[in-house]
Amino acid sequence: MSVALFVPCYVDQFYPDVAIATLELLERLGVDVVFPQGQTCCGQPMANTGCTEDARPVAKRNVAMFADYDAVVCPSGSCTSMVRNHYDQFFDSGDTAFQHVKSRTFELCEYLYDVLEVRKLDVRFPHRVSLHQSCHGLRELRLGPSSEVMTPRVDKMRSLLDMVADLEWSLPTRVDECCGFGGTFAVDEAELSASMGRDRIADHLSTGSEVIVSADMSCLMHMQGLIRREKNPTQVMHIAQVLVGRPIKELAKTE
Amino acid sequence: MGALPIIDHPDASREFVTNKARSHWHDEALWFVRSKRDKQAHSVPEWEYLREQASEVKTHTIANLDRYLVEFEKNATAMGATVHWASDAADHNRIVHQILKDHGTLRIVKSKSMLTEECGLNHYLEDNGIEVVDTDLGERIVQLRHETPSHIVLPAIHIKKEEVGETFHTHLGTDKGASDPQYLTEAARGHLRGKFLSGEIGITGVNFGIADTGGIVVCTNEGNADLGVSLPRVHIACMGIEKLLPRHQDLAIFTRLLARSATGQPITSYTSHFHGPRDANSELHIVLVDNGRSKLRESETFRHALHCIRCGACMNTCPVYRRSGGHSYRTTVPGPIGSVLSPARDSKAHKSLPYACSLCGSCTDVCPVKIPLHHQLLAWRKELVGQDRMPKSKTVPMKAASYLFQHPKLFALAGKAGRTALRWLPHFATHNRLNKWTIARELPLPPKESFRDWYRKNRG
Ligand code: SF4
Repeated sequence: MSVALFVPCYVDQFYPDVAIATLELLERLGVDVVFPQGQTCCGQPMANTGCTEDARPVAKRNVAMFADYDAVVCPSGSCTSMVRNHYDQFFDSGDTAFQHVKSRTFELCEYLYDVLEVRKLDVRFPHRVSLHQSCHGLRELRLGPSSEVMTPRVDKMRSLLDMVADLEWSLPTRVDECCGFGGTFAVDEAELSASMGRDRIADHLSTGSEVIVSADMSCLMHMQGLIRREKNPTQVMHIAQVLVGRPIKELAKTE
Repeated sequence: MGALPIIDHPDASREFVTNKARSHWHDEALWFVRSKRDKQAHSVPEWEYLREQASEVKTHTIANLDRYLVEFEKNATAMGATVHWASDAADHNRIVHQILKDHGTLRIVKSKSMLTEECGLNHYLEDNGIEVVDTDLGERIVQLRHETPSHIVLPAIHIKKEEVGETFHTHLGTDKGASDPQYLTEAARGHLRGKFLSGEIGITGVNFGIADTGGIVVCTNEGNADLGVSLPRVHIACMGIEKLLPRHQDLAIFTRLLARSATGQPITSYTSHFHGPRDANSELHIVLVDNGRSKLRESETFRHALHCIRCGACMNTCPVYRRSGGHSYRTTVPGPIGSVLSPARDSKAHKSLPYACSLCGSCTDVCPVKIPLHHQLLAWRKELVGQDRMPKSKTVPMKAASYLFQHPKLFALAGKAGRTALRWLPHFATHNRLNKWTIARELPLPPKESFRDWYRKNRG
């Protein structure tokens, strides 16, 4: 069984520890995982802007890159959803390599909860944590129940974090409101995006959260940018970092 | 209508969004409605089943629209209604005006109808010397202020009660500084009562038309539609052709979903059914309006948007709408569904709307008739780029990114250069007005090595 790690482009460049934590977590759980060096990006920035033709060759490369693995694990709901829900436009439905990659690409929490069936973890995180559900993880991958839909669902992220010793919950009032990142939306509609982010952070902090945890680093990158601008002591961490037991960092000093 | 100016949503929304107090207040007001909706949805165990049924009924109806329209016309006519067909807004306005002329009418009372807004009926009639009185309280407020509704269900949601007080003081002579909702509502009621009594013809919208009975259904919370058409002898009902349901028994699915989704009520206070004119002395005119709907129906991707029952839930849940206000869309129907419908009318004028969205998907999940709204917004972006509507500033960086992502060595190199630059460049060079990311946010602190570098060293 060979498992490929699929690392979002900005995680590779700006948040290497998220990928390292993912790798270590999987290794600790006995998964034989490799990082195919030729990978870059899922193509989402282009596709979400409507530049489908620019996304196409990137999607093709990605599928060719991962076609030989039994599973592909990605520490991002949004990039996973890109492959699973938005790649169809680039491939024939009879393309077996694509169908294989599509059905065997998993978001990290999904992989842990559904495939590995992890039900306990030997890890401790003695902090007040609030969970930020990423919209794509929630509403496109259904990693948990969304507040709009009445269908009962397991909350995979919460279930995993519940396995962490000494973790204390502090949940935002609006359980799954968007943080306002939205990819190029963050610069296209910068004021709106920032205002959404500020409200989101305020909601997370209102119950005394020390760390905002999410399965999508992109939401966290946006919120971290706002937090640091306001010189706020709150931390953001990717769920992989918590599950592998990384200590909470000191807030990196702003210039 | 002449050529519309191109609306740029970031510009059009700036004033509202950057007025933090107002934007926050608006967000809270709509979130309150959304929360009420959640409670109601939770109270119906078969909620998801109803949504599924509603979606299927609509899919079937839109697919067989021509047949059901003919059936509707036949049955409505048999009950004594006069059915008119309008291909576009101008046609609709002309037909309504003609009925008014036939009766020598100079004033009408109108209950809320987004269709007549869409067609610009008020202006048209006023230009032709006819007095139009909107009788829905919210509509009346915006009408007195010479504004347009900012929301399809809550037309005056953007106006604070103190501002309503001022408006009523100016126009209805209420006490200066009064802002008590009870007092203001009473004042409006008195004012409107006079208008009802002098209204010569009543105009309403239609929430549902029923093919197998030829009846129409109008839902309101103030009873104004009923009052507006009970006193006058003539009732004109303006109805978009997509408002049709095949059978009377389909109706319950929709009335159960509509009010709960819209305002979090179990049902609208008044759900009025009209089957032909009320007596031999009265007339019921039903104007069936196309105005771009048939064209939308031809599109496989966007046809689903015709399912919309105008509940407004997608607006209440949309984090962009809640913070930017309905007027920032500069369209009759704002919010997610408006951003799908408007480019279908004029893709050039409304090209920024599909981008006024973070693709959070909340609208899709909240929509009672399961329109995949955020997928349609994404589909619009693709369509707009395909039509060469988007500026180079948006598309050229994507070409560059595409090139980079196809060349991993170059990508790694560019990443390294970028991270180095971020580490060594002075703050002012990376944080200026040209870089919109940093208007309100810091950039991530660049690590010394990328993951791929780390991996090569530690696992290679
Ligand atoms: S698109 Fe759906 S949620 Fe929005 S107004 Fe129409 S029916 Fe309601």
